Amino acid sequence: MTDKDLFARMAQSIIDGNKDDAQALAKEAIDVQMNLNEVIESGYVPGVQKVGQLWEEGEYFLPELITSAECMKAAMAVLKPELQKSQIETPTLGRIVIGTIEGDIHDIGKNLVASMLSANGFEVIDLGADVKIETFLEKADEVDADLICLSALLTTTMLGQKRLIEQLEKRGLADRFVVMVGGAPVNQKWADDIGADGYAENAMTAVRAAKMLVNK
Amino acid sequence: MISAIRPKLELLSQEFIKKIVDESYILLERQGIFVENTQAIELFKEAGMKVDESTHRVFITRQLVEDALSSTPSTFQLFSRNGEKVYTIGNDEVHFDPGSAAVTILDHKTQEQRKAETKDVIDFVRISDLMTNIHLQSTGLISSDVPDIISDSYRLYLALLYSEKPIVTGTFRVEGFKPMKDMLVAVRGSEDALSDKPLAIFDACPSPPLKWSNLTTQSLIDSARAGIPSELISMGMTGATSPVTIAGTLVQHVAENFCGIVICQLANKGAPVVFGGSPSSFDMRKGTTPMGAIETMMIDSAYSQIAKHLGLPSHAYMGLSDAKIIDGQAGLETGIGAVLAALSGINVISGPGMLNFESCQSLEKLVVDNEICGMAYRLIAGITQRDDPIALDLFQNFTAETQFLTMPHTRSWYREEHIFPKVIDRDTYDYWISLGKKSISERASEEVEKLLSDNPPDVVDQAVQEDLHSIMLSDAKNYGLSALPEKGLP
Ligand code: B12
Repeated sequence: MTDKDLFARMAQSIIDGNKDDAQALAKEAIDVQMNLNEVIESGYVPGVQKVGQLWEEGEYFLPELITSAECMKAAMAVLKPELQKSQIETPTLGRIVIGTIEGDIHDIGKNLVASMLSANGFEVIDLGADVKIETFLEKADEVDADLICLSALLTTTMLGQKRLIEQLEKRGLADRFVVMVGGAPVNQKWADDIGADGYAENAMTAVRAAKMLVNK
Repeated sequence: MISAIRPKLELLSQEFIKKIVDESYILLERQGIFVENTQAIELFKEAGMKVDESTHRVFITRQLVEDALSSTPSTFQLFSRNGEKVYTIGNDEVHFDPGSAAVTILDHKTQEQRKAETKDVIDFVRISDLMTNIHLQSTGLISSDVPDIISDSYRLYLALLYSEKPIVTGTFRVEGFKPMKDMLVAVRGSEDALSDKPLAIFDACPSPPLKWSNLTTQSLIDSARAGIPSELISMGMTGATSPVTIAGTLVQHVAENFCGIVICQLANKGAPVVFGGSPSSFDMRKGTTPMGAIETMMIDSAYSQIAKHLGLPSHAYMGLSDAKIIDGQAGLETGIGAVLAALSGINVISGPGMLNFESCQSLEKLVVDNEICGMAYRLIAGITQRDDPIALDLFQNFTAETQFLTMPHTRSWYREEHIFPKVIDRDTYDYWISLGKKSISERASEEVEKLLSDNPPDVVDQAVQEDLHSIMLSDAKNYGLSALPEKGLP
């Protein structure tokens, strides 16, 4: 089989949301010692892009979108250790720490955002729900994150977003991390008011916004 | 005389109900359910249930659920603020209350949703109080001019100050329970008087799938012990936090509510509980939770049928809309929901006034929805034989000139048989033009203004006011607020 065929099948596995195929193909690529960066770029990423396109066209709905995102994650999980072994940097658009603010257990929206960011080439560290501000800061520092993404679904926990930004400023870290906020009660105005760098209304626009923010 | 039959909507066969309930029992017994509250875990252990301490997973036997179901009252009563008016919750009684816990209000002037302040919440409470087809009050709007942390107690404070009706409310924090209970006790005079004459229902949501959080479990326990009825708001979202099929979501819904009922009964045997919910058909395209979806209403109607089968009072979020303004969608979703809810005989129906996925309240919509609720009530009142013979007598001297307008028969029955809306448009086209071609939203806004100016606020007695104020203030002081907002307060 030519590389091209293999790439096409990789893309297709993402489009179909077939996790077993996606992982088997990744193993095959490792076995035949393909250039793994090329595998990601020419094999899997076009699949993700196609899925995004199908979504935009109204063909795909959330179950397809998220299943594909999970597939991409699964394929990456196979490839990553190999990339590390050969000391190749995993190609990534940026490193993101994401979570729902302390006191808030709503995590469905946050999970969608995390999946989509990860499928679209970001390295995502998901801290879960009900996360302390201190934990966000520690983790972001530890992994040297580019972006901190904060979800809040309650008007009470929205204030946590503000507090985190205040803490960043207080500790002179405001320039080190870009902060993006979201969640149902959050809007652009709130994001502006608290000095967040970015805001997005849903998971797809979050990807777009994150890409813009890291390119700034 | 033939009396009216009560029209009824039933979506499930007895066989289907039994199957769903059976699976719910099995779920609780085999898979268990997470209960993240140490007091409740202790109660379960005392009752002999198997508990996995490290994961807070509780395995509940069918027997324990059945015992809890049999000690839960099939009906209970709520009483107005002055203790005189009685509202039975159970049987086929239907009571509407405004959809609760909105974070914004639709500003009529700008047609934009914005944060609400004390003055808005007071207007909301007053308008709800005046709506004759909305029997219960709810703490349906959050005030942004006090710290968010006290928004649960503050909304109850305003409702008690300005409304006679019993209140559907709930806590946002464990510490919220005490000031909220204290305020209810202040109105009644003593703890015993409050449990004799409940004034409020406390909502508590499990966290789907199959989990009860610390906050909401504590609310169940505290309420049960204080004689405050709890309303269980299980809210699976099809295909997101619960199975995608309607029947699958029902299995989870019933299991979560069963666990809530058991917790209440273990905390205080005989405690009143409402089998409620706010499930939704999850929109796979938008990632939203449409309350106006017909599938959402089907889930609601079906679990309330199960509640009736189990002999429990029921509740649902129906008669609300996902529209952002008062438009055609707002009317159709609210109308369908209110009618289906009434036909399902749901006891507490939270919805009126609400827009945008349970997040926005509108005073104008409350006024419109009051008329929708009126229609729903009229529908379930059914068709009654008023005379015998039914009509033959009226035709006795029948001629070509016979008309009914001036018959005594017409005069004696027309107000019984028909209802007359205020803001729904029934004018002729020309007259409608002469009135300025107003939309229902504009007419409703005028009605809101008129209601507020014609009806002095129904403020609680001076002495109780002072008690409420001091309870609220001391709660607020714990969070750094030295005074309550002045706006509109007595
Ligand atoms: C499901 C739900 C729950 C579930 C949560 C399950 C879970 N695992 O997440 C349960 C039942 C546990 C729950 C509990 C409670 N809830 Co609740 N809940 C909801 C509900 C119905 C839907 C939320 C949801 O998942 N939406 C679907 C997802 C896909 O959308 P989303 O979260 O908005 O996320 C999208 C965007 O916002 C954005 N986004 C989200 N995060 C981020 C982050 C970033 C960085 C970016 C860029 C974008 C982004 O992208 C997402 C995908 O498109 C909302 C009402 C509503 N329709 O919003 C109420 C709601 C949020 N809940 C509310 C309340 C009050 C509560 C409780 C306090 C109720 C109680 N007394 O028990 C508890 C709180 C518990 C706690 N401490 O957190 C209120 C909040 C009101 C307020 N004043 O803040 C709401 C608005 C309902 C209401 N009107 O009463 N709830």
